[in-house]
Amino acid sequence: MSVSHADCSSWSYRLSGVRYDYGSGSVLEIDELVIPRGQSTCLLGPTGAGKSTLVRLLARSIEPSSGRVEMAGDAVGSDRRPSVAMVYQHPIPLRRTVFENIAYGLRVRSESRQDIQVSVDRWLEVLQLTDLAGQRADRLSGGQWTLVALARALVTEPDVLLLDEPTANLDPARVQLVERVVAEEQRRRRCTVVWSTHHLFQARRVADHVVLLWEGKCIEEAETKTFFESPSDPRTRAFLDGKLVF
Amino acid sequence: MVSHEIFPIVWLTLRVSGTAVILSAAAGIPLGAYLGLSSHVLARVLRWMAHVGMALPPVVVGLALYLLLSRSGPLGGLGWLFSPQAMIAAQTILALPFVVAIAASAVRAVPHGLAEQLRALGASPRQVRRSILFEARQGMALAVAAAFGRSISEVGAVLIVGGNIAGHTRVLTTAIVLETSQGRFAMALALGTALLAIAAAANAVIFVFQSRTGMP
Repeated sequence: MSVSHADCSSWSYRLSGVRYDYGSGSVLEIDELVIPRGQSTCLLGPTGAGKSTLVRLLARSIEPSSGRVEMAGDAVGSDRRPSVAMVYQHPIPLRRTVFENIAYGLRVRSESRQDIQVSVDRWLEVLQLTDLAGQRADRLSGGQWTLVALARALVTEPDVLLLDEPTANLDPARVQLVERVVAEEQRRRRCTVVWSTHHLFQARRVADHVVLLWEGKCIEEAETKTFFESPSDPRTRAFLDGKLVF
Repeated sequence: MVSHEIFPIVWLTLRVSGTAVILSAAAGIPLGAYLGLSSHVLARVLRWMAHVGMALPPVVVGLALYLLLSRSGPLGGLGWLFSPQAMIAAQTILALPFVVAIAASAVRAVPHGLAEQLRALGASPRQVRRSILFEARQGMALAVAAAFGRSISEVGAVLIVGGNIAGHTRVLTTAIVLETSQGRFAMALALGTALLAIAAAANAVIFVFQSRTGMP
């Protein structure tokens, strides 16, 4: 991997010896992993591979049982800690309007009413949700609500955007919309994006960098082109050939 | 009994039950919310105790309060026995478990993962707690409605600690008992109708609040 472990300007996360136990066993064991800064990284793997656990560790929603999840900005004397927003695989709406759901991250940051209005209106328009602004978010269809959940993360303009299978319940048109909007935002602000997906083709479309997880272990990480064209691990090769069923 | 006798009874009923609801809500909603958010074993025990408290027999509460407030009792110095204050205390004690239990359940009914998701959007722990309480607002309204229902319909405890003294501690429920015992059923029914009207009006306010905040 080309990212230097010593240069913290090039990475957003650095994991070493991370283990996460659940119940009687370990669901995630990662010796070393670096999430590059300002790039789109895809965590690829089948259901149960540990993708969601890894994303939640990056969001610091959970703590590792052992090992270290280091984030750029953690070190004393470094730049400010990057802001993080996450879209969960099963996002939970607040029982408020779509507008209020999207505005939530700005309200907790005490943004001005005018700034909130402008920012929320912009994301409503970008994600084609303007007509739904006044509707209760908990009464939307699954697809509509997923877009609102994405908007409420994007509106905070995070330095790191974590997406846990955000398109799993979307129709192809909305998948395309989400992929396009996230890619544009990532390019515009050079933010770090981490997607988890079990969809091979989506990884190829959205990622600069791919990490393959298998039974809680990271078995391959590489730039997207290298990952798909000349993977080093035989299991990756088998997976790309369709011999490992996802 | 004529209308000029009824209005003071209605007014005292509203004053006693209204104050009991305010006091039980002021203490019970924060306590219930805290117990709902906490997973500590003590919180579980207290939630169970609140559920038990919902089954407290009013006459037992009235008797206990009578003994506490009687001249020789530990709280006799307050001079509250046979006063509206004693009736408010009795109704508050009876309503409080309802508020605590329902408020705790309302908070616990908020989806489990919401707190984590709100933190992932940048909310502080304090902001998360406030948001969860706001999500439980309809349950909180139900807690207030239950407290009001428990208070205004209660008769055993207020009869014991209030004494049903005309013009002083006579409320609608105790007046109905008296009128019925004297065979004045028409007046008892009229008082009962007034009681129902108050209950309907109070719950209409709570129902409108719930509707505006999204209760189906």
